[in-house]
Amino acid sequence: MKKPPISTGAEWTFELIEAYDREIGRIAADFGLDTYPNQIEVITSEQMMDAYASVGMPLNYHHWSYGKQFVETEQRYKRGQMGLAYEIVINSNPCIAYLMEENTMTMQALVIAHACYGHNSFFKGNYLFQTWTDASAIVDYLVFAKRYIAQCEERHGIDEVESLLDASHALMNYGVNRYLRPKPLTAEEEKERVNAREEYNQRHINQLWNTIPKKDEDDTATQQARYPSEPEENILYFIEKNAPLLEPWQREIVRIVRKIAQYFYPQKQTQVMNEGWACFWHHTLLHQLYDEGLVNDGFMMEFLHSHSSVVYQPSFDNPHFSGINPYTLGYNMMQDIRRICEKPTPEDYEWFPDIAGSNWQETLDHAMRNFKDESFIQQFLSPHLIRELKLFSIVDDSEQPVLKVSAIHNETGYRKIREELAAQYNLGNREPNIQIYDVDVRGNRSLTLRHFMHNKQPLGEDTEEVLKHIHTLWGFDVHLESVTPEKATAASFHCPPKEKLELY
Amino acid sequence: MSYIIDRRLNSKKKSAVNRQRFLRRYKKQIKHAVEESIKKRSIQDMDRGGEITIPRKGTSEPMLHHGQGGKQTRVYPGNKEFDTGDEFQRPQGGGGGGAGQGQASNQGEGEDDFSFSINQEEFLDFMFDGLELPYLVKKQLMDTTQFETHRAGFTQAGSPDKLNIVRSLRAAHARRIALSGSDRDEIRELKKQLWALEKESISDENSQKIHALQEQIKTLDINKKRIPFIDDFDLRYNNIVKTPVPSSKAVMFCIMDVSGSMTQSIKEIAKRFFILLYLFLTRNYKQIEVVFVRHHTHAKEVDEEEFFYSRETGGTIVSSALELTADILQERYPRSDWNIYVAQASDGDNWDGDSQRCSKLLSEKILPLVQYYAYVEITNGPHQNLWNEYQETHQQHPEQFAMQHIEDVADIFPVFRRLFERKTKGAA
Repeated sequence: MKKPPISTGAEWTFELIEAYDREIGRIAADFGLDTYPNQIEVITSEQMMDAYASVGMPLNYHHWSYGKQFVETEQRYKRGQMGLAYEIVINSNPCIAYLMEENTMTMQALVIAHACYGHNSFFKGNYLFQTWTDASAIVDYLVFAKRYIAQCEERHGIDEVESLLDASHALMNYGVNRYLRPKPLTAEEEKERVNAREEYNQRHINQLWNTIPKKDEDDTATQQARYPSEPEENILYFIEKNAPLLEPWQREIVRIVRKIAQYFYPQKQTQVMNEGWACFWHHTLLHQLYDEGLVNDGFMMEFLHSHSSVVYQPSFDNPHFSGINPYTLGYNMMQDIRRICEKPTPEDYEWFPDIAGSNWQETLDHAMRNFKDESFIQQFLSPHLIRELKLFSIVDDSEQPVLKVSAIHNETGYRKIREELAAQYNLGNREPNIQIYDVDVRGNRSLTLRHFMHNKQPLGEDTEEVLKHIHTLWGFDVHLESVTPEKATAASFHCPPKEKLELY
Repeated sequence: MSYIIDRRLNSKKKSAVNRQRFLRRYKKQIKHAVEESIKKRSIQDMDRGGEITIPRKGTSEPMLHHGQGGKQTRVYPGNKEFDTGDEFQRPQGGGGGGAGQGQASNQGEGEDDFSFSINQEEFLDFMFDGLELPYLVKKQLMDTTQFETHRAGFTQAGSPDKLNIVRSLRAAHARRIALSGSDRDEIRELKKQLWALEKESISDENSQKIHALQEQIKTLDINKKRIPFIDDFDLRYNNIVKTPVPSSKAVMFCIMDVSGSMTQSIKEIAKRFFILLYLFLTRNYKQIEVVFVRHHTHAKEVDEEEFFYSRETGGTIVSSALELTADILQERYPRSDWNIYVAQASDGDNWDGDSQRCSKLLSEKILPLVQYYAYVEITNGPHQNLWNEYQETHQQHPEQFAMQHIEDVADIFPVFRRLFERKTKGAA
């Protein structure tokens, strides 16, 4: 039975948003989407620019880099060089979604389906978000962080705090434990533990550095033992706990940056899945609305127009090409999984014996919960989709004079392309693997980092600058060595820089 | 369960602090950019904010990422003719491989300059930086036009303290008359009938009619009284509008020596001096004209571009410029209509026999007409005869004539001190 459409015009009102949200929410629940409660906030474009500037968070501590982001966004937006996103959604409980005032009613409905039910259910269900972030605590934690840093600025001066934040931000990508499961952070406990931790840390570090060498000791034997005994991947953590010269409040700020880095870590690893999931569901939910007669043809035309521009993938030789569009890849993979479940071909039975012909809702739910981009692609990218997107892989080896096509969408290439594409989304490959290797505890207290090279890729030109920041935090000499798998040192960086002669 | 919140009325300036931090951090670069743009802008155009461009290189945040080189495998969409094992040359400039490095770092290739807008206040702030202006003066210069309040009729909305009682009651009265019009017509009609009846002989029938008429008149009277005495609708408020302080016209003469000895850097300092005077005048006068007079051995009235940037060589006769100024004053700017300001910049060179003539021209022809005459000498060397002559003039006309020796921009301000002092005295 067809119902009358909820609305027909382009203008939105709060009543209409409520009506759409109610209907979309009902359908989402029918499909079994489990979400946090929604907090839908209507904002202006200026507020959207503010949100852009503070990495999408409703509030954040002050830092010049956010100001830079803001003036840049403002300039480009005012000149019409860029549009603003239709929405921003925050992984919090309740899940906050920002809707732009300028959107039409159709866009608002699309955004509600996409953010408030798509992203929201992903935040709640995916294992990475569950282990790494605590949605109910993040806003409180940011309030705590903002207040704490403002206090530090008052006490120690803006410049002090700024240089510390600069240094910590440079290492933000190295402030997470990739393998160790973290403890969730809660603002309440944080506050209580700040003082206790400050005191403990200070005592602990004093002990660590309390090393007046005894004369009669055999130096050569003890020097062999490295500190830390195992390389440490979480550089910010190591600095927070071990940097000899940091004041307690400085350690706390390093910790804040580290905790926030940790909060964003899952988002970096699930971009394809997250966007794909949200696109899949806005598509499915709005089509259901249409089937029930709640929206008219005009609504669908406008919706499909923006949907198809969001999931558009220019091919590699197109001037607009800027890498694989995560929306396209994610959306198509989700649709493809549904197809494999509903209309499996013999090829699908061969490639995906466990999901072909199964219940598509359960399969998708399982995929959403238990994977990240890398493993998701590795598991679910089908030959069908590789053919559809005409994927191919190119090897760029700086030792070879030419580029080489290593695989295309054919029988022999499917597996290779799938592996390569999955590897492309592996954060471990994307970012250089740099770990704390040694501290010269008994000597000049210098810190040595090691870059474990992958595929002979060298470090970028920013390295010297980052090293300066590490030096700011550590307070003593800092060295960084790029080491090949054969344990040969390919390059080394020093701060303060060493004389050339000394190197050889 | 969803909550829908309208946040549009929340404050929009959330990023203001971060923006300030950014400006603060790159103060040096922005100041440099502002100085560059001072060179490009005309004096009369100085009063706006605008786009500022600083090199992007210094503003990036370093991150550890992979550099070029090594072995990389990338997957691309949209294969057309490639087959496994095909080989081809590296595209130049990363054409087809835009994603190559772009993903690892957040800064793409092709770094250009970083441009953004700053507003008028910030622009002036950066410009004044180094001029050693006291805060109060800075504020005075940056303040926009002053306003005076005037009565301008009456409005129907306003605050209770502006209520105009007479007007409000008059409006109420008019309304009561207007609303009760038909009732009163009827009463009048009925009364006429009543009087006619009363004149006739008394009978039962008549007295009944009279009674009925009286009843009718009574109800109409009550109706009439139901119209409220005063209503929201009647209230009138004094309307007060702000108008810019009525200020008359001013003309500013910029006189500069452009002989060979004036280098470009001296001219830059002179330009600051002229800008400052111009800005000061814009705060006090509504309409300002600027006349540029440059001279070497001859004086000429020119446009701004030529004034600052064309080069001449030759000797220096300052009096030529003063003569021309006096002529222009006589012809175009009668004292009764114009406030006249003259600013002269020079490196102190003058032909020996000419200085005396200058001071004479000043005392006789120019100073009687002008509000203020400011002379700056921009030089590192010893003073020459022009300075000595002018010093005498200064003693004779301490109110109108100011002179200052300038070695760098920080020295400009004292010239203005007296100007501002006079203004505050006048205001008090």
